[in-house]
Amino acid sequence: MKDMITGAEALMRSLEHQGVKTIFGYPGGSIMPVFDALYDHRKTLNHILVRHEQGATHAAQGFARVSGEVGVCLVTSGPGATNTITGIADAMIDSTPMVVIAGQVGTGFLGTDAFQEVDLVGITQPISKWSYQIRNAEDVAWAVARAFYIAKSGRPGPVVLDFAKNAQVDKTEYTPVKLDYIRSYQPIPEMDMQAVGQAAELINNAQRPLVLVGQGVELGGAQQELRAFIEKAGMPAGCTLLGLSALPTEHPLNKGMLGMHGNLGPNINTNKCDVLIAVGMRFDDRVTGKLDTYARQAKIIHFDIDPAEIDKNVKTDVAVLGNCKETLAAVTELLKPATHQEWLDSFRTYEEVENEKVIRPELHPAGKSLSMGEVVRAVSEATNNEAILVTDVGQNQMMSARYFKFSKERSIVTSGGLGTMGFGLPAAVGATFGRPDRTVCVFMGDGGLQMNIQELGTVMEQKAPVKIILLNNNFLGNVRQWQAMFFNRRYSFTPMVNPDYMKIASAYDIPSRRVTSREELKGAIEEMLATDGPFLLEACVIEEGNVLPMTPPGGSVNQMLLEC
Amino acid sequence: MPLLLFDSTCLNLHFFSFDMDKKLYTIIVHSENFAGLLNQVTAVFTRRQINIESLNVSASSIKGVHKYTITAWTDRNTIEKVTTQISKKIDVLQAHYFTDDEIYQHEIALYKITTPTLEEKPEVSKVIRKYSARIVEVNAVFSIVEKNGMSEEITNLYEELRALDCVLQFVRSGRVAITTSCIERVNEYLADREAKYNRKREKEQDNGQE
Repeated sequence: MKDMITGAEALMRSLEHQGVKTIFGYPGGSIMPVFDALYDHRKTLNHILVRHEQGATHAAQGFARVSGEVGVCLVTSGPGATNTITGIADAMIDSTPMVVIAGQVGTGFLGTDAFQEVDLVGITQPISKWSYQIRNAEDVAWAVARAFYIAKSGRPGPVVLDFAKNAQVDKTEYTPVKLDYIRSYQPIPEMDMQAVGQAAELINNAQRPLVLVGQGVELGGAQQELRAFIEKAGMPAGCTLLGLSALPTEHPLNKGMLGMHGNLGPNINTNKCDVLIAVGMRFDDRVTGKLDTYARQAKIIHFDIDPAEIDKNVKTDVAVLGNCKETLAAVTELLKPATHQEWLDSFRTYEEVENEKVIRPELHPAGKSLSMGEVVRAVSEATNNEAILVTDVGQNQMMSARYFKFSKERSIVTSGGLGTMGFGLPAAVGATFGRPDRTVCVFMGDGGLQMNIQELGTVMEQKAPVKIILLNNNFLGNVRQWQAMFFNRRYSFTPMVNPDYMKIASAYDIPSRRVTSREELKGAIEEMLATDGPFLLEACVIEEGNVLPMTPPGGSVNQMLLEC
Repeated sequence: MPLLLFDSTCLNLHFFSFDMDKKLYTIIVHSENFAGLLNQVTAVFTRRQINIESLNVSASSIKGVHKYTITAWTDRNTIEKVTTQISKKIDVLQAHYFTDDEIYQHEIALYKITTPTLEEKPEVSKVIRKYSARIVEVNAVFSIVEKNGMSEEITNLYEELRALDCVLQFVRSGRVAITTSCIERVNEYLADREAKYNRKREKEQDNGQE
């Protein structure tokens, strides 16, 4: 007879079987048997104690996004579990592989409003890829195998395991489970060679093709295939926020970022191209603007792994389903070499206009105060454009997306779909564990830093080498910008009274520096990068700086404001 | 004055003609028999604020597989999206939508009528016969009429009985529907999935041996 072990011990062995090495978590009553088992496995399963469960989810997201592995969270029931909701929703909308394991009251107490009981499966079903309650110790190995398979296969996403306390303590036999098939779930649709042929034909006949690069390229590991695809047919490309590092910024065919605060060229030319080729992106409203006027003149080709994305927002002429690593390669084989020189040149006009009206004034401001853009660019260049960029949400996010440069893949971690303020700091902590070999720079605003500021405790305890750049404008800047533009400058609750961040950093034993002038900036960045471990650089920037250009909400993709 | 970059020459609009007419669609879903799945299926409708007209859930002919028959008034564009989003749920095997001409559908209804009226007014029996309904219970106070059929007939019978002022209670089931095509898609789907997986496994094992 085999050894009998507890469900909690079975969980530990199952996680090790899945190759898990890092867990972000926080203990509590209903998960104590698991934490007790973890005590014996703490050498192989490195548990990072966060300061709030929301931090655990964002850290797991940051970890997953840079490493390509599944991020793991371990929390207790009730409030521990509900604190993970924002992170789960964020991982869902941004397709991040994550497994959240939460304690639950014993099955005998379910439905009785027991202490710290919450219907976690019910709450998370609409915002997770899969949500399951483990009620018996025998189910642990199977449920964990299924959870990891679902989280990382196909279009990745968050999975929730609601682990009842009796199942944690009950004894079971344990056999490792390997799972790579669920009959009701087809992670990657089969490639349709007819669609591949039709796509190639449309592209071969195109005069003005435009490629939209999404995060799907990174998730599918198709960065090389994408380059071969656009280079062979000489096609310009624009990247979505999450797809920014799928193609190096300096690649000659990379025409910049798409969307509301993206670059003029790819946005305006979206409504001039004759064939629009979307790869692993989902036509989010922040990319398309008003759908009625979006690329109506163009034939649309959509490469995606998720059939539910096809025709969801934009009606497609050819849908190429499958993993873009394979589908792009298959289409590329059928492409005729082309250059489209005139079309490529047409981007230059917009680049010049944007440079003159927006980029140059941002990078070389006339006044004494620092601009957000110049701080971002200076940090990017000081890292030789090789760092991982993590952002919070708001102006800091748009500015760093616009002015940071990428030379390596999987280098941007940001909350795109959900727009979660407070995401940046914990996500950056996670990123340092996901890629300890790389420099991680996180740009925060003074609003977002305070939303999960408790994670400075995690940074301190772990000595996580996070380079925190605080762009402090004493405002909730993005909302303030909208108030200025669309609400008659009525700054309703957007001015921020800030604490002394140097004192906060010092309390957490994190080296820090505050800069207010251009002269100090370079030296401070050098000091930050030369410092071993974490560093907080507070840049006091122009208070009423604006992110431009901008497609006004509800406006067409080719209508961009260059001034406020 | 904001500088607006707007190029009107490229707005060569051609609108896609979606079928925007609202119709009653029947969605047939096959899923694994896991707790909470009904919630996941209905949540797709709730999110888009579509009212479910009727819903019937039962075990299917395949062991461990449940079948949902759902009807809803909506347009083709929406029902397509709803169906793909239901299919996307991990434990859903398949989801398809149909218009009434693509399925054979049936409902059942029970009508409780007063026995004295049934006896006094011969029109009541006439109406029951006209609709091929049958009386399944008679006592001194009330009688129960049962009717199988299409939604419309069931409603019409109710209206006629009500006009005769004899209905005490009326209850109807959700719709059950069967497709008019000869193929059972779920069986085919399951066989296909399994065959492909086995082929993949064999291939991997062969590669492993080399």
